Amino acid sequence: MKKTATQNSPPPLMVSNLSMRYHHKPVLTDVSFQIPEGKTIAIVGPNGAGKSTLLKGIMGLEPTMGGEICFFGKPLTHKRLAIAYVPQREEIDWDFPINVFDVVLMGRHGQLKLWQRPSKIDKDIAKQALNDLNMWDFKDRQISELSGGQQQRVFLARALAQKARLYLMDEPFSGVDVSTEKAIIELFKKLKRQGKTIVCVHHDLNTVGEYFDWIIFINARLVAAGPVETVLTKDNLNKTYGGRLSLLNDLTEKMYRTQLNKAHDTD
Amino acid sequence: MDGFTLFPPPSFWDNWLSFWRFEDINVLWVLMGSILLGMSASVIGGFAFLRKRSLIGDALAHAALPGVMMAFLLFQTRDPLIIFIGALCSSFIGFFLIDWLPKNTKIKADTALAITLSFFFAIGLMLLSYIQGLEVSNKSGLDNILFGQAAAMTEEDIQLLTYVTLFTLITVVLFFQKFRLIAFNQDFARTIGMAVHRYELLLALLIVMSVVVGLQLVGVVLMAAILLTPIAAARFWSNQLSHILIIASMLGALSAIISTQLSYLAPAMPTGPWMVVSLSVLFILSLLFAPKKGLVKRYFEFQALRQQVAEENILRTLYKLLERKEFMHNHFTQADIQSFRNMPSSCLQSTLKQLGKKGLIKASTQGVQLTQSGLERATQLTRRHRLWENYLNQQAKLLPEQVHQQAERIEHILTDAQEAQLQRELSNSQSDPHGNAIPTTHKADKTQDAISSTSNTRGGENFD
Repeated sequence: MKKTATQNSPPPLMVSNLSMRYHHKPVLTDVSFQIPEGKTIAIVGPNGAGKSTLLKGIMGLEPTMGGEICFFGKPLTHKRLAIAYVPQREEIDWDFPINVFDVVLMGRHGQLKLWQRPSKIDKDIAKQALNDLNMWDFKDRQISELSGGQQQRVFLARALAQKARLYLMDEPFSGVDVSTEKAIIELFKKLKRQGKTIVCVHHDLNTVGEYFDWIIFINARLVAAGPVETVLTKDNLNKTYGGRLSLLNDLTEKMYRTQLNKAHDTD
Repeated sequence: MDGFTLFPPPSFWDNWLSFWRFEDINVLWVLMGSILLGMSASVIGGFAFLRKRSLIGDALAHAALPGVMMAFLLFQTRDPLIIFIGALCSSFIGFFLIDWLPKNTKIKADTALAITLSFFFAIGLMLLSYIQGLEVSNKSGLDNILFGQAAAMTEEDIQLLTYVTLFTLITVVLFFQKFRLIAFNQDFARTIGMAVHRYELLLALLIVMSVVVGLQLVGVVLMAAILLTPIAAARFWSNQLSHILIIASMLGALSAIISTQLSYLAPAMPTGPWMVVSLSVLFILSLLFAPKKGLVKRYFEFQALRQQVAEENILRTLYKLLERKEFMHNHFTQADIQSFRNMPSSCLQSTLKQLGKKGLIKASTQGVQLTQSGLERATQLTRRHRLWENYLNQQAKLLPEQVHQQAERIEHILTDAQEAQLQRELSNSQSDPHGNAIPTTHKADKTQDAISSTSNTRGGENFD
């Protein structure tokens, strides 16, 4: 019965014909996929394939060249509170003077009105999130005093505090210790039991089949997307890691440079 | 106080007294104004600093100059509000230029900043010299805006200054959490739907306004220092942003008091440079003497660590000597120690003295010996050293000859919890990669008999 319900409801994330560029260089061209609810999904591809860019484009953090993105059937602005984004750890200034609890409490600010401050309930939610990641003992620590794994846990706790339905994470497993890796896996299981959906940029091919239900192979374009059992094939790996399609790349770049899409009639 | 004799001595104290008695009520207002400015500029500059846009205040202050001159030219008045609006306009033009250039051209942010800053400043200077050539009334003192002159401020100036700085301080208090969130993680702020752009505009407005009202007091040229030096100094004192901002505003206020006072006592002196110099002194004091991050504190910490390492190395050496004698003999001479560990005699003697004071060793005519507590500590260190060697050898796959160097260092910083973790991960280690036994605390108990049997000079005095 539950199954039919999820099949009828719109997918947590649907991307159609998404293109992104950096100056005139194409980063992603015409990416389309949609993902099922309640699964863990990995975005896999070589360095520079546009994995993080894809996530940022989906979250509206970087401009897209066109295409449509729907969350639970609606545009992002209508569904912000249902989505939690975990940025890459390297993008953060870890010397910033702030402690762990205040970072996690930031996860509640989406729910707060302009003049509101976090309430007791918000603080309880942040506490629960820290407990879930075994980080409550560190609540008063400065973030600069944390290890890499602990920093990642703090960010995951912040995402938990958002109480979202869809989690988008940029390389949560990168540079963490064994115990944090286990903690993240446990967290994934727990979230899945609650019917939440998790999308991760992932770089480790050895673990991708074990940690995730679904894979999206990306290399400047979509190579394949589907359940692990069907898409984790040698053929797809070769296509993903075998370099970019040079003609696609070059001509798209030329198209952007010449502003052809403006000159051409919209069809 | 010697420095003050630079000024005419007979009138100095009188002036100073009359300053602090507020005989001229204007003095009180100017002082209040400058304190408020010092506070609000430090706080708002703090956010520019945290967002790594430190130089924006400098550029905006310079960009305000042509606005001031244009306003004066157009309206032929020194009315503070008109000058303020003029400055605000040209500052904002500068701000948008700095913002627009890197986004839409290949020019990088730092270049955009430098170009804008010097361009606006040049125009401002041109207008200033043009005005000075004109036959207009009340043009004198317009150049005070370059370096600031607190004593020249009028009552209307102060009023405007008070409104603007209070507005800034209240806004920062109200939006503290939002500003902090954006400064810390802008992308995240956008993903939760915060109108980051609006907050950025608000921050820019606050910076521009603080800069513009501060021009009379500090001057165009040095405004950046008032925005940034307090936060840079305060960063040494605390790790909590709210505390840092409060400390920064105190420092800002303090320097404002010092410089305003001097501006009255020595009217030829511009206020800006004094404010910056006093802030810089406060910065240097913070750099040196801040309780946790000051250089002096760090120096002493390093010395203490050095001392600790030297002492622990001697304990380790004594343990190894003991081990060689199969725990049957517990008296060793300095030569024995030096045969194991190459260190100068003077250093060895002072370290032994320290160990003696701590009751870890005893000295007698036969040499030095480990006390019970000394032996325990030495055993623990040896154990940690060898466990770490095993860890490197087994888990990190280093060769036995590679592990010693690192273990020599790590042994000093391993904690009890980490030792226990090592013990768990290396469940069956009896000996290190070189074949030496890994001692345990129980083993220390075993050897106790051996030691007490040889240590019949228990009354031996401390080594000194």
